[in-house]
Amino acid sequence: MGFLNNYIYYIGAFGLILIGLYIILVKRNLIKVIVGLGILDTGVNLFLISVGYITKGTAPIFSRPGIDSADMVDPVPQALVLTAIVIGVAVLALALSLAIRLYQHYGALNLRKIREQKW
Amino acid sequence: MRRIVAILLLIIVAVGISLSLAKIPFGTSKTKVGRYYIDEGIKETGAVNIVTSVVVNYRGFDTLGEVTVLFIATIGLGAVLTANGREKIRKTEPASLVLYTGCRLLFPLILVFGTYIFIHGHLTPGGGFQGGAIIASGFLLIYLGCRERRISRVAFNLAESLGGLIFVVIGLLGLAFGDYFLSNFLPKGTANTLFSAGIIPIIYIAIGFKVGSELASIIDNLIEES
Repeated sequence: MGFLNNYIYYIGAFGLILIGLYIILVKRNLIKVIVGLGILDTGVNLFLISVGYITKGTAPIFSRPGIDSADMVDPVPQALVLTAIVIGVAVLALALSLAIRLYQHYGALNLRKIREQKW
Repeated sequence: MRRIVAILLLIIVAVGISLSLAKIPFGTSKTKVGRYYIDEGIKETGAVNIVTSVVVNYRGFDTLGEVTVLFIATIGLGAVLTANGREKIRKTEPASLVLYTGCRLLFPLILVFGTYIFIHGHLTPGGGFQGGAIIASGFLLIYLGCRERRISRVAFNLAESLGGLIFVVIGLLGLAFGDYFLSNFLPKGTANTLFSAGIIPIIYIAIGFKVGSELASIIDNLIEES
């Protein structure tokens, strides 16, 4: 039980990363591949946040005087994830626009039917 | 066949990850630099929200790069989707009365809430990126509720360019008046008040305008295409 308490966030984060990788490797529908990319992105963000967590820690904000700075969580991963989320949204939108253009050109989203996309 | 190969690959990745993760303890303080930011952050930047002081002050140059990545993604999306260059005449079904009235009622409140989030970025949880995302969600509501309404792209481009320009100009002013690019040359004021932390609120307002208009123009492009 202690193992689960200690590592549940790591397990969840890498579960999401592995699910996303599996979708990207196996699925042939382009929209599903993009959804897998989004899940992978979420997993990486969750992992970075959980690396910075301190047990029973508070947010690193001195919102009232006399707050104890000893049990604040690490602000650096939070700052990195903050920008990574917005960029992840923009990259997903770019991928979706490419998918729209591909569908207009080939009339299919299945990567198997698009001859140049085969691997 | 492909599925088996993929599962084998994922098992190898999972074993490697779990072997390396077992060495990382969970829930303990790890980085010295994070501890330094918490201890010295208020004294050095004047912002009580340490995450904000890391994003805008200590790693401001990095944030400028990330905003540029967002800008390039938006430009790429616009270039990919409007490659045909022809304006399609779309037939839209008007939204129901409830949706129309609700969106007209809620839109100013959402704008005010987003503005509050990015102006108070150095005091409370929030900041330019979050406030910009909230403002873009307000524009998404406009596109859902008032379907004939089109918001001019010129205004989006103007707000976006102005935000980026303010960010770079403040960085150059820091180079002129301070010691380095993006140095905090304004007075820091007393902590926990609105007018404190020097350049941090100004930069976050610029980022808020930039992110809001970029995400809104992404929504605009995607709706225009569908």
